[in-house]
Amino acid sequence: MTATTEGAVAVAAPIRRRSLPPMTLKLAVGLGIAGLIILFGVLGPLLVGNPSTVRDVGLTGPGNGFLLGTTQSGQDVFAQLAYATRGSLIIGVVVGAITLLLSSFFGVVGAFIGGSTDEAFSLFTNIMLVIPGLPLVIVISSYVPNKSIWLVAAVLAITSWAGSARVLRGFTLSVRSRDYVLAARIGGEKRWRILLVEILPNLIPLLASQVVFAVIFAILGEAGLSFLGLGASGSFTWGTMLFYAQNGLALRLGAWWWFAPPGLAIALFGAALSLINFSIDEIINPKLRAQTRAERKEWSVKA
Amino acid sequence: MRYLLRKLAFYVVALWAALTLNFLVPRLMPGNPVDLMLSKLATKGPVTPTTRNAIEALLGTDTHSSLWNQYWTYLHHLVTGDLGTSIAYFPAPVSQVIGQTLPWTVGLIGLATVISFAIGILLGRAAGWRRGSWVDNLIPVTTMLQSVPYFWLALLLLFLLGSTWPVFPLSGGYDVYSVTPGWSLPFAQSVLYHGALPALTIVISSVGGWMLGMRNMMVSTMSEDFVVTAEAKGLTPRRIRSRYVARNAVLPSISGFAISLGFVVAGSIVTEAVFSYPGIGSALLLAVGNNDYALMQGVFLIITLAVLGANLLVDLLYGVIDPRTRARS
Repeated sequence: MTATTEGAVAVAAPIRRRSLPPMTLKLAVGLGIAGLIILFGVLGPLLVGNPSTVRDVGLTGPGNGFLLGTTQSGQDVFAQLAYATRGSLIIGVVVGAITLLLSSFFGVVGAFIGGSTDEAFSLFTNIMLVIPGLPLVIVISSYVPNKSIWLVAAVLAITSWAGSARVLRGFTLSVRSRDYVLAARIGGEKRWRILLVEILPNLIPLLASQVVFAVIFAILGEAGLSFLGLGASGSFTWGTMLFYAQNGLALRLGAWWWFAPPGLAIALFGAALSLINFSIDEIINPKLRAQTRAERKEWSVKA
Repeated sequence: MRYLLRKLAFYVVALWAALTLNFLVPRLMPGNPVDLMLSKLATKGPVTPTTRNAIEALLGTDTHSSLWNQYWTYLHHLVTGDLGTSIAYFPAPVSQVIGQTLPWTVGLIGLATVISFAIGILLGRAAGWRRGSWVDNLIPVTTMLQSVPYFWLALLLLFLLGSTWPVFPLSGGYDVYSVTPGWSLPFAQSVLYHGALPALTIVISSVGGWMLGMRNMMVSTMSEDFVVTAEAKGLTPRRIRSRYVARNAVLPSISGFAISLGFVVAGSIVTEAVFSYPGIGSALLLAVGNNDYALMQGVFLIITLAVLGANLLVDLLYGVIDPRTRARS
């Protein structure tokens, strides 16, 4: 399918049908795992006890009333995990939303207006892109002693939107010069209408995949920051759990039930989001779709 | 030539932006680090008025002069290589601390990134070329590894290969008891031995990204017309794969180096913390722990400069390998 026919289809067919990816195994597994973790983060904290309660049963393994054992000071690891899941997901959602706003403003709007605005936005984006994010976050965090979870999310978002903006800009430029957009312009459509109705629907899959990336990045970044002891004060996230596990010598003492669950949760959630992203990628780039058996045979003959 | 000038101009602007950011961040933040630093310094040695002035000039709490004057003093200090005095390593100047730690990090990240890039590109080429083969089915696994936080993987490797089966050392950049730093074989062996586990961590968690990117580009490039033409001409599959498809498919991976490098640098800071590696990431964390603002800013500046420099190199290289870039601008 070439670019022009794809654009033509977008005009003719209802938008909703094109925006939903076909249900594949990858997508189902991804949605399933991500859904379970989100459900755990939303409902989990309601069902478990106070995660900070100190008991005199330090470092017991799973079982004995504690599903995932206890920490050094006898706190319930499972209860901590429930609150940590909620904390990390909040960070992910907030950063995802801010990234979406910033990257579509600097990427889509800049490319749509064109001219010197585009040049300026593009320059700004590229500069933000080459300035390494985490060191900047570390420096900023070290100046603010008492951080809220919102501040951490904002700082992470400010340092991570540039990559998405660049990708979006490239795609917007290509959509902007397609025939149907030019036709709409000549037809006298208003500029905001061309942007919102003609161009934006084509960008939805790309926006979705960029947001998913931003969420993964934010959760990993926050985990790293908290692990270094620079996270939001008094918060529970997967990163702070690992920080306390590391400081409590969980590894040396062999307390795998303490440091394994948060890391696994991050890995599982990240992998689930990546699987969802694969499916979105296949909408953006139909060439990546799995071939039918006959077609695949053709490939192996070629090879 | 025009391409080159445009690129150089961009990096000059980016450099200026980084320097200015480094100048502005402490001034926009609440709190007064100067008094904090001076009280720490006083416990370690005598504090002269010049030290106070130097710190004030660097951190910008010097309320006597205007922001503009402070900015010029700051730039002047940078040009003369004066980054201030470190508290964590008092009385060593920041530039000396950076000079000692930078080679470790550049060596570790540089080597690990090149290895990871090479492995990822080769695996991605194989996966894209034969879709549905066992290599292609590795993709979900490597993606999972990529979602694992660097430091958690580092902890796990350390636990398994350092404690449970003591194959590799637990921490440090070389064996401080048996070898002395220098151009000798035992020292080189010790460095490689100690660097293996940190490097392995970086390679394992970053290889997936290269592999996926290369695989997808291979698949896209294979449906281009020139590949069909090459097949029609009867060229061998091997030649089509390496000369026609892979050469074109690798371009976005190279230009995407910018984004990835920042990510790798970020990950390796945390990785260094886990392995107590004597690199610049450990210095940054020590600075954070000791409220050593001069060192912190110096390290941030050097990391930014290094990433900018690496990007500039890649950009220049890209202009050479892809003639279209030069033609377009």
